[in-house]
Amino acid sequence: MDLRAYVLRRLALTTLVLFGVLVVTFLLSHVIPADPIGAILGPQAPPELVEKLRREWGLDKPLHEQFIDYVCRAVRGDLGRSIRTNRPVLQDLLEFFPATLELATASLMLGVLVGVPLGTISALRRGSWIDHAARVFVTLGVSTPVFWLGLIMLMIFYYRLGWLPGPGRLDPYMTPPPRVTGLILLDSLLAGRLDAFYSALRHLAMPAAVLGWYAAAGIARITRSSVLEVMRREHVRTARAKGLLERIVVLRHILRNALMPIVTVIGTTYGGLLEGAVLTETIFAWPGLGRYSTGAFLYLDFMAVMGTTLFIAVIYSLVNLAVDLIYAYLDPRVRYG
Amino acid sequence: MSSPLLEVRDLIVHFYTREGVVKALDGVMLSVGRGEIVSLVGETGSGKTVTALSIMRLLDHNARIVRGEVLFEGRNLLQLSEEEMRRIRGREISMIFQEPKSALNPVLTVGFQLREALEAHGEEGEAALEKVLSMLRRVGLPDPERLVNRYPHELSGGMAQRVMIAMALLMRPKLLIADEPTSALDVTVQAQILELIQSLVREMNTSVLFITHDLGVAAEISDRIAVMYAGVVVEQGNVYDVFEEPLHPYTRGLLAAIPRPGRELMAIEGEVPSLLNPPSGCRFHPRCPAVMEVCKRVKPRLVEVEPGRLVACHLYGGE
Repeated sequence: MDLRAYVLRRLALTTLVLFGVLVVTFLLSHVIPADPIGAILGPQAPPELVEKLRREWGLDKPLHEQFIDYVCRAVRGDLGRSIRTNRPVLQDLLEFFPATLELATASLMLGVLVGVPLGTISALRRGSWIDHAARVFVTLGVSTPVFWLGLIMLMIFYYRLGWLPGPGRLDPYMTPPPRVTGLILLDSLLAGRLDAFYSALRHLAMPAAVLGWYAAAGIARITRSSVLEVMRREHVRTARAKGLLERIVVLRHILRNALMPIVTVIGTTYGGLLEGAVLTETIFAWPGLGRYSTGAFLYLDFMAVMGTTLFIAVIYSLVNLAVDLIYAYLDPRVRYG
Repeated sequence: MSSPLLEVRDLIVHFYTREGVVKALDGVMLSVGRGEIVSLVGETGSGKTVTALSIMRLLDHNARIVRGEVLFEGRNLLQLSEEEMRRIRGREISMIFQEPKSALNPVLTVGFQLREALEAHGEEGEAALEKVLSMLRRVGLPDPERLVNRYPHELSGGMAQRVMIAMALLMRPKLLIADEPTSALDVTVQAQILELIQSLVREMNTSVLFITHDLGVAAEISDRIAVMYAGVVVEQGNVYDVFEEPLHPYTRGLLAAIPRPGRELMAIEGEVPSLLNPPSGCRFHPRCPAVMEVCKRVKPRLVEVEPGRLVACHLYGGE
């Protein structure tokens, strides 16, 4: 099949999925027995004021009209106004998201760089000490609560040893680089501020290590089982019978074929990380999406809740689309199927 | 007789499994002369493939070669380093398999996989591509320039096996090990592939160890034949002699089990034994119609009863 047709079809499907997400979030946030206006104005508010606000926000209209209004505005990029911050939700999201993007990307890179080689080696050397060590690493990574790990790391590397800085994205006395992308690492490079880059990198190290360990554990586990499965296939024997170097057999005929499930787990892990790691962000005072969305939920800030949900759904869909495109690149049978 | 190209001597291979030790090969003796086609026949599980993979040193990790020698041009392959063995694979000895489509990597193009076989032994570039294209033509595949860009799932079984044959013969190996290369194919395609292998190896003077469970195929293609039962070669000889006058009771039973018009079909009594706990003495004795007391205690050696005619049975020249 033509690659362009494939992408278009996937995009059309994605739109449908996003619409579904909108319907569900809208319904959920409107049927819960909570009154956002009551929450803002308090129980002693004069009824005229409540009525006025209700009309202003369109809450007096029937549900389906409210929904249509919302969708029409959302398509134009207007996600409404946050009750808590009194700013457009989209503006809030764009401010908080880069911090999460930076942390998630760094964690994922760590996860891939550690997880894929570790899983591959433990499959190739099944039953060896390195396989057992990897299993301990994976089990701890999957089962250790991140808030606990984060606190322990802070205690050791910040409080006791003083090797790494504490919470936040930059040293407190440092002027942040001018905001271009919102990714401090990138912005400081763009501004030629190596001091800010170094400080940001050191601040990123601990939260990224915590989330990276978690990511690496999942990726290593899938890599191991996928490599084990491919190792047994007959084409691997053919590759060896040709007299290929073992290194080439492993990279081209085993790992290459084992990549599909690995790419899937990398995709879902990235999606999960981008959603914002609430606990990690809280412990490390990281001003990301996770903290923004929990705040929104707790304040019944329903415009922000819907906006965040939609935003996350869009990110998930994009990651999924990327995974599907990588599939088509990796396996010719998908391309033609 | 000059020394054979390949000589397997007293090969014992065990597999370590959860259920116990599978004594898969129990002293296999086998030889293949230069330019000769030798069939290794036997039922499923008799150790034909294990023998082939032992020669290539491509057994799974849970297998151990306990004893024996694999002499190839006088060198014992079992004592070579991994790197020395790698240089022999594909260049001196190559192999084709039963399921041609799963023997090819599904995510790489046919051309890439063929060129890899040359690249593994230091041949790259334009010349390598030319060699690939001409070999594809020789195995009878039309339009090789387009074929090299296709993927294995776009080929039929017969085409895929032709690709495998081309790949195996690219380096003009001295020995080709063909492990049931036609069993998964349609009967009409089967005959074509057999003919192709036969004509190509004669042309290149390549010897063949042809593994099959099909006696008809063995009779058609081979000069000599070796019969395996439960991890042992029980009889070896010229294909006409073995078919005309089988010596081992197992070979006789096997030949009688081929359906022929106007003759009653004979089955061999009993079942193939479990190699976790194989019978003592001669491994065939529980099923043998001519069993003697000695068969239960002593394992018969493979002895030459006539020039070129070998049998492992106490009925002949036995102690």
